Order: sequence, then structure tokens, then C-alpha cells
Amino acid sequence: MERCFPFQTSVTVYKAYTRVESDANTIARALTAQTAETDAIRFLVGTQSLKFDNQITNEPKRLSSENRVLTCAAVWRMPPEWESGSHESPDDSSNNPQTLELLCHLDNTAHGSVACVLWEPLGDGKRVISLAENHVLLWDLQESSTKATISSTATLEGKGQLKFTAGKWSPHHNSTQLVTANDTAIRGWDLRSMSQIYCIENAHGQLVRDLDFNPNKQYYLASCGDDCKVKFWDVRHINEPVKCLEEHSHWVWSVRYNHSHDQLLLTGSSDSRVILSNMVSISSEPFGHLVDDDDLSDNEENQQEDKGKEPLQDSIIATYEEHEDSVYAVEWSAADPWLFASLSYDGRLVINRVPRALKYRILL
Amino acid sequence: MSSATTPPDSDPTGRRRVHSMLKLYYGLNEEGTAAEQAESLDPCDINGPHFDPEVYLNKLRKDCSLCELMDHESCMVKQIRSLDSDMQTLVYENYNKFISATDTIRKMKNDFKKMEDEMDCLSANMAAITEFSARISGTLQDQHAQITKLSGVHTLLRKLQFLFELPARLNKCLELQAYAQAVSAHRRARCVLQQYSHMPSFRGIQDDCHVIMEQLAQQLRQKFRDGGSSAKDLSECVELLLQLDEPAEELCDKFLSHAQSRLEADLQGLEFIDRGCNEFVSSLCLVIASYQELFINRPQEGELASKNIPEMANGKLHVFVDTLAARYFSLVERRIQEEKGVGDNSLLVRALDRFHRRLQAITKLLPGSAVPSHGTEIVVRAARERIKQYLSALQTFYHDSLTDVRQALAAPRLAVGGASASGELLTSLSNFILNQLKSVLASVHLFTAKDITFSNKPYFKGEFCSQGVREGLVVSFIKFICQSSRQYCESAGDRGGSTPPALLLLLSRLCLDYETSTISYILTLTDEQFLVQHHTPVTPVTALCAEAREAAQKLLNHYVKVQGLIISQMLRKSVETRDWVNTIEPRNVRAVMKRVVEDTTSIDVQVGLLYEEGVRKAHSSDSSKRTFSVYSSSRQQIRYAPSYTPSAPMDTNLLSNIHKLFSERIDIFSPVEFNKVSVLTGIIKISLKTFLECVRIRTFGRYGLQQIQVDCHYLQMYLWRFVSDENLVHFLLDEIVGSAAHRCLDPSPMEQSVIEVICERG
Repeated sequence: MERCFPFQTSVTVYKAYTRVESDANTIARALTAQTAETDAIRFLVGTQSLKFDNQITNEPKRLSSENRVLTCAAVWRMPPEWESGSHESPDDSSNNPQTLELLCHLDNTAHGSVACVLWEPLGDGKRVISLAENHVLLWDLQESSTKATISSTATLEGKGQLKFTAGKWSPHHNSTQLVTANDTAIRGWDLRSMSQIYCIENAHGQLVRDLDFNPNKQYYLASCGDDCKVKFWDVRHINEPVKCLEEHSHWVWSVRYNHSHDQLLLTGSSDSRVILSNMVSISSEPFGHLVDDDDLSDNEENQQEDKGKEPLQDSIIATYEEHEDSVYAVEWSAADPWLFASLSYDGRLVINRVPRALKYRILL
Repeated sequence: MSSATTPPDSDPTGRRRVHSMLKLYYGLNEEGTAAEQAESLDPCDINGPHFDPEVYLNKLRKDCSLCELMDHESCMVKQIRSLDSDMQTLVYENYNKFISATDTIRKMKNDFKKMEDEMDCLSANMAAITEFSARISGTLQDQHAQITKLSGVHTLLRKLQFLFELPARLNKCLELQAYAQAVSAHRRARCVLQQYSHMPSFRGIQDDCHVIMEQLAQQLRQKFRDGGSSAKDLSECVELLLQLDEPAEELCDKFLSHAQSRLEADLQGLEFIDRGCNEFVSSLCLVIASYQELFINRPQEGELASKNIPEMANGKLHVFVDTLAARYFSLVERRIQEEKGVGDNSLLVRALDRFHRRLQAITKLLPGSAVPSHGTEIVVRAARERIKQYLSALQTFYHDSLTDVRQALAAPRLAVGGASASGELLTSLSNFILNQLKSVLASVHLFTAKDITFSNKPYFKGEFCSQGVREGLVVSFIKFICQSSRQYCESAGDRGGSTPPALLLLLSRLCLDYETSTISYILTLTDEQFLVQHHTPVTPVTALCAEAREAAQKLLNHYVKVQGLIISQMLRKSVETRDWVNTIEPRNVRAVMKRVVEDTTSIDVQVGLLYEEGVRKAHSSDSSKRTFSVYSSSRQQIRYAPSYTPSAPMDTNLLSNIHKLFSERIDIFSPVEFNKVSVLTGIIKISLKTFLECVRIRTFGRYGLQQIQVDCHYLQMYLWRFVSDENLVHFLLDEIVGSAAHRCLDPSPMEQSVIEVICERG
């Protein structure tokens, strides 16, 4: 943790505005946190441009990149010096970008353009899923990830042109479940049999844009879409959403659960806003304190304190309006659970922190 | 002379003075005479008995001036003259009377003489008659005594004969069932038989009689027990039995139990309140009346008085009436609950009125009873129930009329005048609802009509009007309208919107109308009709208005959302399904853009029928001619040149960002105002934003970009007139073209003049 201290302080003092400045044209759309890295706070940004080589700044060890025009996907290797843990701050890295090492292409010309690429959430990173048109493709990466082969596929059958818009690999159930979205429906898949296990028809009034699994509650799922809503589902009871938020004033493009405190939820929308909500009622920590089995007496004290203070309600913690164009991606930091980044069309990356007061309420 | 001197203006005092003088003359002493005397002792008082002319004259001469004296003198002379003439008339009148009186007296003298003679004659005759009568009575004295004795014997014999015949007669009565006669005969004989019971012959008769009466009582009891007989018969029976010294308490019980069985028979058949009123209540009243007559109000004689029967009987009666009434009420209530139909409220009110009125009769008969208050409660409950029914009827009516409107909206859509009908539909809908509400109010008003007996109960004066009618009916109905309107927004929102947008618009206008005028009108009407006195806190008009406005706002927002969605779907499909990379050079505006403009125009018409124009920001007269092309950096430079360094060619992205910096953030799904321009602005905003987002995730070839340019120019030509701020449209269209340029493989834009030509061509 000491190594990333300088960066952390810079964020703590003020919100950091980072423009993804590579060259003249920076239209950015993709953002991800470096999940394998647990010490440094690092985000990866994917750009979307035709004239220049698309760039991925703040490169990770492994990154999935996609380009809609070329309808291809590739696996890249992060520069080795990062792997060994350099002391670079993000500003440095943007000043002297390092090139990625292309490991292999996911050769999917037969299946159409790729909507998204997913790494296996747990395990040794040997498996990748890509969603192309109406196909689910499960790839196996060969030794040292230089070659990818399709191990199994599934196809969505139905009337008209069906196209996947989003997907998420469930971190639960030993990574055997996948959830995908096409049009207004959300579908669950069993990867062992590559068959559909549930389907929420008309989950949203319009297109479903993004999905995320609650990291602590295995049946809970968040979805967002063009009807400006964020919905929470219990996949065991798919008739009605558990809860529904309607805070954005335009399409919601991205929804993310905090990795360790699942009441914190981040959404980004094309109304140029990022909203951080506190969904206490459907989180695994109902009253805002961590259940600590080791220290029962302390726990009791905590409970008494909780009675004293008012339990936290479902609420919006903050609305961030720094962006001036549509926000297409939001992501929590993998290393610091209180840090998150959001990326808008104009290439502006904003890194924010969960308000200190709330952080202490959740922790204490 | 003295009485007439009083001046005319002091008439009352003068009259009193005359009066007092008369009193004095006749020696009547009253209180207050002392004061009078003191007054009359004054020698200057011209009317007083102690008047001294010398003193008076001296006083006058001393006090008055010559002129006054002259006046006084003339006045005096005038008075004297009038007194003289009065005296003369008096004397004349009295003279005539004297003469006639003398005549009468003379006549009377003559008559009396004649009479004296006749009286003498009469007294002589009377003496003769006395003499004769004395002689006759002397001769008849013996025979008279004999006759008296004989007649005494005769009556005795008749009595004896009655006694001897009594058993036979009683038997006969028994046969003929003339119980009353038998009992009265027995009563007459009873004392005598008691008295002479030591004589064996009488004893026999008495025993016979006892046996017979025993039989009779038996029969009476039998009859009594039988039931089936009318209340009158029963009361007769009871009366006879009472006379036969039956125990009163037992009789009370029996009587009541009989009455109960009979009344319950009534209740079983009781179907309608009318019948209930006519039969049950009246026979109940009859029972009460006869019971009271029998047991309570009867002047107590003999041993009955000592048993304190009235209290006991009264208690029994109360219990009896209460239990019966309770059953009756439960039946009535059940019957009223069956009365679901809304149309014939007057009938129900009349029935309730009659019911209530009849129960008043019981109050009169039985002052302490709880029955009437229970009855009133039933009426109150019925009224409440009625209000609820009316509310639900109104609600169903509202739903029905909405269905009608929906059909009407759907049907003439194909016809030419389809759109223009919505204004009429709105007025007819609101009129329908208002009329229905009024008729319901009129029906409910029957409950408080003057000629209805229960209308002056405190409930109907106060709570019924304020809580029942105003809150329970009118306010609830208005709230229901708002609520159901809101439901249209929520339920239809997710599932693609089953509600036609025109209906949303219509309802929104309806709610708005309610907010501005209708609600206050309805409530004022209600308050006036029912003379509502607000004892309890009631929902204020402002709260209702706020609710209606909120509903209207929600509906309008939803309308904008739905219409925006329809157009955005069109745009999205058109962008997503096309292969923009390999497209041909644009020759025409795409059909979908024309469609968008057409739809927007028709929405404009639709909204225009119901909402006012609204304010728009001033714009140039020829906005459609504006050349716009953000993607071309040259134009950008011209626009931003003054404030930024013109030497360096500015990159478009930065410029567009600067542009954004200065323009306000656009809230896409923001609430709209209640006017046409605002509604249209909302719809266009939603559509164009969708267009923008869709363009950003596509890739364009050279001609694809040019097609977008043409389309945007076309949209710009037609859409500016609908919105409040044309800059908004320009900004969004600029963004679209700019984004398309970013996503273009070969961004070489079309000439502005060519674009214009294509667009002009249609």
C-alpha cells in the first residue's frame, strides 16, 4: 500500500481530473480496473477511434480490448516492468505510454462483431468469454496465452435479429454462470451445459445496457438500461425486480457494485452524471457494519451503537457532474475499495472517492 | 265647569283627575289619594275643591303680563262658553229620560193592582188542594206499606233466581264462548255467594260456579296459549284472566312470549322495509300499547297494587322490545345492504325515512327505550354505505367514460377530423364527469332534505355533510381521478405503453383543468348544497389542486416520454439497421426523417388542441436557412475566433468542448411545462439525444457521413419551429454530425449548398 501512497493523497485532497491525452483524437469508451493488481490503483482506458491506433492507457497485465469496426478482439500483455511493480504514478505513465504486447487475437470472424469480452472472474485466467452478435463463445487460452481456441459455444435463437448488448460472468457458483442481455431481456446461462437457465423478459422498458453481479450475494444482480432505470433482481424470483432506482435522466450505460461493500453502487449515464448510491436494504451488510464473527463482544457493542444511531436508508450518496458528455463507463478500483473512476465520451477520466463520512459509517 | 277646563294636550292627566274626583265623591279610598289631596288643596287649582277665585285672580294679576292676561281671559271665556253648552245638552237629554221613566212607573202601578187580585185567588185554591191531599194520604197509608214490602220480596226473589240460574248460565256462556259475560256474571255473584256460603243450598251453587269458572279459566288459558289470535283477542283474554285473579307476573311473561312468537312470524316474512314498517312496527306498537294498558297504566286496585307490578312489567317490556327490535334491525340492515342499485336513491331515502318515522312512534310509547337511537344508527350506517356505493359507482363511471374516450380516440384516427376531436372529447368527458357528480350530489342531497325526519339529526347536519359527502365522496373522487391518472404513467411505463399517448395528453389537460377551476367549483357547490360546517378538519382545496397539478405534470411528462420514445425508436432502428460504411452518395433525405417531421407535426397539432402555445425564445425570422456544420473546423474558427487565438487551427473536439462549457447542460427527460412548445421541446430533445447516442456507436463511410449531414440539415429546417430554444436543436444536431465525423473512416463533408439543394428538393 505504501507504494501507491502518493497517488492516493493526490486524490484525497481533491478529485482528480485526468484527461486521457494520447493524441489529438481521444474518444474513449472502455474502462476497466486492473483486477490482478491489488497494490496499485490502476485503471485501463480504451479509446475508440478510427484514424489512430486505439490506445489503452495505464496498461494492465491482461486487458481485453475491442474494436467494433474490425469486429475483433485480442489479448494483450502488460509491460513487464509493471508486473514487477514499478513506482510510476498514472501521470508518468500517460506521459510516456508503454506499448502493449499483443498475445493473440480471438479469431471470431465467423460470428460477427464482438459486443464484449469477459475474463473468468476466479481461477488462473485461462478462460475468456466473448459475446458476438447472438453467440456466446468460450475461449481457452493456450500456454502463455499466445493462442486461443474456442472450447464451446452457445447461440441465442429467436425471432428477428438478436444481438447481445452486454454480459457478465458470475463470480459465484464456481464461475459456471453467465448472464447476458439482449434488447430488453436478461438471460442466465450455465457454462457447463452452455444452455439457458433463466430469462427475464422485459427486464427494462428499453435496451438493457449493462449488468453486474452482487459480489457477496450470489443471486443478486443489477441491471441498467435505456429507460433510465437501474433494477435489482433476485434471479430466483424473476417476475419482479427487488428494487428499482430511477435517478438518471437519460440512458444508464454502466452499473457497478463495489467489490467489498456491496451497498455501494455506481452508475454512469449519458446525462453526463455519475451517481453513487447506498443500497442498504438489499446489501449483505444490512445496517452498515461488517459482521465480525471473531469478536462477538465487540459485535454486540456495535449493535448497541447501531440502535443508537439511525440505520442508513437507501439513498443517493452523491451525484458527480464533472463530465460534460455522456458517461459510458464507471469502475471501482481493484486495490482501494473507496476509489472509483468514470469515463466520458470526450475522454475525460474522473477519479473520485467515497465521501469520508460515509466510509466511516460503513466501517465503524 | 271643573272637569272641562283641562287643556287638550294634557288629556290623560286630566282624565285621571276627573276620575279621582269621582272617586272622592263616591268615597272610594285608594293608595295615592294622599298625593291627589295634597294637590287638590291648592287654592289656585281651578279644578280643585278648594279653589279660591280671589287668590287665583290675584296670582294671575301678579304673575302675568297684560298680554298674557288678555290671552288667559279670552281662553277662560271660551272654556266657560263651551261648558255652558255642554251643560245644556246634558240637561236636555236627562229631561227626556225623566219623562219616559215617569210613564213607565205609572204603567207598573196599574199592573200591580191586577196582580194582587190574582194572587189572592191562588192562595185560596192552594189551601183547598192541601186539604184534599191530606185526606187522600190518610186513606192510602196502609196499602203503601204493603206494596213496598212486596217489591222488596220481588227483588230478593230475582236475585235468588239469578243465583240459582248462575251455573246454567255460566255453562251456556261457556258453550257460546262469551267469556266476558260469564266473568262479569260470576263477579257479581261472587260476594253474595261468599257471604252466604254457610247455607247449604248456596254452598252448592258456589261450588258449581267454582267448577265452571275453573273450566272457563282453563279454556281462556288454552286460548291464550294457542297463539294465532290477534293482539286484541289476546289482550281481552289477559284482561279476563286478570279479573279472575290469575297471577299477574305469569301473565306478563305469557303475554310477551305470545307477542314475541307472533311478531317473529312477521319478521320471518319481512322482506321489505315498507312491509316491516307497516306490519311489524305497527303490531309492535299495538303490543306495547295494550301491554301498558293492561299491566302498567291500569289504576291499581286490590292486591295487585301491593305487588309493585308496573316496575316489573316495565322492565320485562323493555327487554322484550329490545330483543325483538334487535332482530328486526338486523333484518333491516341486511335488506339495506342488498340495496346496491344506485339509481333509485329517493326510494331508499323514503324507505329509511318511513322506517325512522315509525320508530319515533315507539319512542312516544316507550320513552326510555334504546330502540330509536339504534334505528338512527342504522340510518346513519345506511347513509354511509350509500356514499361508499356512490363513490364506487362514480369510479366505475369514470373508468367507463375513459374507455369510451379511448375508443373514440382510436376509432376516428383514420378519419380526417381525428385529431380535432380530442378537444371536444375533453370537454365532453369533463362535462360527463361533472354531470354525473352533480347528479350523485343531488341524490345524496335527498338524505338532508327538509321533509325527511332524520335529516335534522346532528349526524346528518354535521358529519354527514363534511366527512361523508365532502370528504368521503367528492374529495375521494377527485383523489381517485388523480390516482388513476398517475397509474396510467406507472403501469404503462415499462411494458411499452398500452395507453394511447393521446389519452395521456387528454387526461393531463383534464387534471390541469381540475386544478385551475373544476375542483374549487365542485367543492364550492358541495359546500353550498350541503351547508357544510367544518367542525372537523377537511382537505383544503389547495391540497387537492396541488395533487391534480402533480398528476397533470406526471401525465404530461409521461406523454413526452412516450412520444419521444416512439420517435427515438424510429431513429434508432434507422441508424442501427443501415450499413453506413458501404452506402451510396446521398440524393435524398431519408424517408425516416420525413416521417419524424411528419410525426412531430401531428404531435404539434394534437398538443395544440389542448394546450396553449407557450413562450419561445426569440429567433431570427429565417432560422431554417442557418448553415451549420460543427465538424468543419473553418466555421468553428469563425465562430470562436474573437475569444481564442485564431492563429492555431483549433481542434474540433476542443471547440465542441468549449461550446459545451458555455451552453447549459441539457436535461433530456426533464419535466415539461404546460404548454405546447415545452412539450414539443421535450419530445424533440429525447429523439435527438437518441439519434446522437446511436450515431456514436456506428461507423460511417464517406457517404454515410454525408447522409447524416443531409438528414440533420433537413431536421434542422423543420424542427426549429417547434421548440422554445432553437439553439438546443442546433446544438444537438451539431453534436450528431460531429460525432458521425469522428466515427467516419473518410471524413470528407458535403458542400453546404449541395445539402441545401437536396433538402429543398424534399
